[in-house]
Amino acid sequence: MAEIAGSAQGMAAITTADGRPLAVALRHAERVKRWKAFFLVLPLLLFLGVTFLYPIALMLFRSVENPVVADNLPRTLAALESWDGEDLPDEAVFAALAADLGEARENKTFGRLATRVNQELSGTRTMIMRTARRVARFEAPFKEAVTAAHPRWSQLETWAAIARLGDRYTPIQYLAAMDLGYDVQGNIVAQPESRQIYRNLFLRTFWMSLVVTLACLVLGYPIAYLLASLQARYANLLMILVLLPFWTSLLVRTTSWIVLLQTQGVLNDLLVWLGIIGDDQRFQMIFNAQGTVVAMTQILLPFMILPLYSVMKTIPQSYMRAAQSLGAPRFYAYWRVYVPNTLPGIGAGCLLVFILAIGYYITPALVGGEDGQMISNLIAFHMQKSLNWSLAAALGGILLAGVIALYWLYNRLVGVERLKLG
Amino acid sequence: MGKDSTRQTGTDLDAKATSYGGDAIVRFERVQKSYDGVLLVVKDLDLEVQRGEFLTLLGPSGSGKTTVLMMLAGFETATHGGIFLKGEPINNVPPHKRGIGMVFQNYALFPHMTVFENLAFPLEVRRLAKGEIQEKVRRALEMVRLGGFENRRPGQLSGGQQQRVAVARALVFEPDLVLMDEPLGALDKNLREEMQYEIKHIHENLGVSMVYVTHDQSEALTMSNRIAVFNDGRIQQLAAPDDLYERPENAFVAQFIGENNRLSGRVSHLDGTSCAVDLDDGGGRVQALAVKVAGDRARTTLSLRPERVAINPEEGAFPNVFEARVQELIYLGDHIRTRVSLCGKDDFIIKVPNAQGHAMLREGEQVRVGWALEDCRALDA
Repeated sequence: MAEIAGSAQGMAAITTADGRPLAVALRHAERVKRWKAFFLVLPLLLFLGVTFLYPIALMLFRSVENPVVADNLPRTLAALESWDGEDLPDEAVFAALAADLGEARENKTFGRLATRVNQELSGTRTMIMRTARRVARFEAPFKEAVTAAHPRWSQLETWAAIARLGDRYTPIQYLAAMDLGYDVQGNIVAQPESRQIYRNLFLRTFWMSLVVTLACLVLGYPIAYLLASLQARYANLLMILVLLPFWTSLLVRTTSWIVLLQTQGVLNDLLVWLGIIGDDQRFQMIFNAQGTVVAMTQILLPFMILPLYSVMKTIPQSYMRAAQSLGAPRFYAYWRVYVPNTLPGIGAGCLLVFILAIGYYITPALVGGEDGQMISNLIAFHMQKSLNWSLAAALGGILLAGVIALYWLYNRLVGVERLKLG
Repeated sequence: MGKDSTRQTGTDLDAKATSYGGDAIVRFERVQKSYDGVLLVVKDLDLEVQRGEFLTLLGPSGSGKTTVLMMLAGFETATHGGIFLKGEPINNVPPHKRGIGMVFQNYALFPHMTVFENLAFPLEVRRLAKGEIQEKVRRALEMVRLGGFENRRPGQLSGGQQQRVAVARALVFEPDLVLMDEPLGALDKNLREEMQYEIKHIHENLGVSMVYVTHDQSEALTMSNRIAVFNDGRIQQLAAPDDLYERPENAFVAQFIGENNRLSGRVSHLDGTSCAVDLDDGGGRVQALAVKVAGDRARTTLSLRPERVAINPEEGAFPNVFEARVQELIYLGDHIRTRVSLCGKDDFIIKVPNAQGHAMLREGEQVRVGWALEDCRALDA
């Protein structure tokens, strides 16, 4: 009895046989195991770091970095420090501008400068290009010479824009990505109606992803249920059918939707042949938002079915039977007992499909037409065509933040530890 | 029921037998069940469950006992024959309209609901008032000694507690009939025995009819009023526990219930209820009770309980006395399990009770053993 009491008291500082504290000994013993585990994943960690984390960090950095104006107009920006923004800057600023432009012309960097300022304030490209070409012939007073070269130099708006763009790090691209900008006074204001694109595009992307997710849930749930309740040999066959799309090229699947749904496609031909519609009434089923949703639903469906299936597989048949024996009709039992137990699968499937859908690129690019374009298509446009990488990075950053927010929300509501992907 | 039974529990059960009378709550009439259209899992079942009775379906796995239970619950349909509940045919009544409580093998408690919600489920389905639901749930939980566990989830309960919640849930809507499908299979031995008594007492207090499926014979003997022993899709014997143990009607039941010495031989002289049997290989002649023998010269299996064999009996006390050699002694506390070779068999078991003045045996010793005619039952070969 006394011994038991003694050992219970000793719980606080148990030592090993050689007198070391147990906790220390355990940690030491576990350390080898931990290092082994670390070395096993090290190659993958390095790979991910180089190919995934580093580019993302670089992209996020680029979305706030704004070096062009600061590099090309250092003197002008220094002179602009004391500018009050009420009247045109004084002669010193114009002199500095002439000097900066002269240097930019020698370095052949004024083209980039013109592009950058033009992105912020359209129509200023020719202003900078023309002024830079003539800057060698300028003589004091520079104010007259510069404003004579291009009339926009005498607008306050121009100078406000240059002063703003002088910040080496700026949220300006994020504002642009949300259809916001600065006015002359430096207040954040919405862009004019005609220049708003991104906010609607984000909303459309969000909305289309939501529709795709719901369509996948509605279509996938019964299939997952069938898979989970069928005998093994039929279930395996069905599972192969579900997985078949994974073994087919994404491009092939998307283009086959074009073959099926286009105006001269299989489905329209069939409808015309059956006499349901006239030859001149063919439906526009692809190269629009609906076509994108249909194709994306088909492509993303397995990502919904698999998590649902893996959860449903673990729900014993006896739950439904118990509910029925307690007096619940089949559907009521299904709704009150079966469906709540599939919630982790529903959460995982929806999260997965939504995250994949929100950043989907290839399908909307191929079948999206005008109104089926999504935010990723615009990011690609800014990467490849307009070469405004900073804006592309900002758009991508917002998308990333959205996905992380969703993940956080899911964790709050359902708990990530209940996430089941298979 | 055995009127000449000397066991205390036997007479108790006799009293019970009269209290539930001849009023059947469930009747199976010539029920057959096949899953694949080739094999019959249940063959021609006729069975009545009396009102207030605790009936156990006992048998090895694959014997058809669970199928019978599932047909009664409505989860399997009978391929042929009629099932009647309180006189009404229920073959086409869906499970939720049968009003039968059921306890499942792994409890089937709903993991996303609290204990209270689990118990309230059948009451909500029946659209009871909130106050009434709370009162009934409270009483049901008190019955299984789990008052105060309302807000726990099944995952936070021990196996025994989950088991009790499952029992309470099957009883909370006051069904006349409760089915239990090996409900104690997942519990460890001590807890299982404790729960056996608990379920038995609940049954006695509430007077509901219970149909209980198990493959554990001691569980069946402990709890039941009557036991139906299943094998190969048929009821081999339907009787009270004492009857089943002491008067098995065929070799399967004799072997399945309790320990049993089997001696095979051929009937040489059939005389009404008793017969003489010549053991194989010249093992000798045994006087036995003719329970199920095909006739004179027919092969038969003799069944003899190990505790009904006496060591060194008085002269003339038994018609069957044989020489035996003690092979092995195993001390088990309350009795000594003695293996002897006798009549050419060397796996003949005798249970020698560890009572005052019992025979002290040594291995290799030569003894005389004997048994009564009525303890040795001649059954089918």
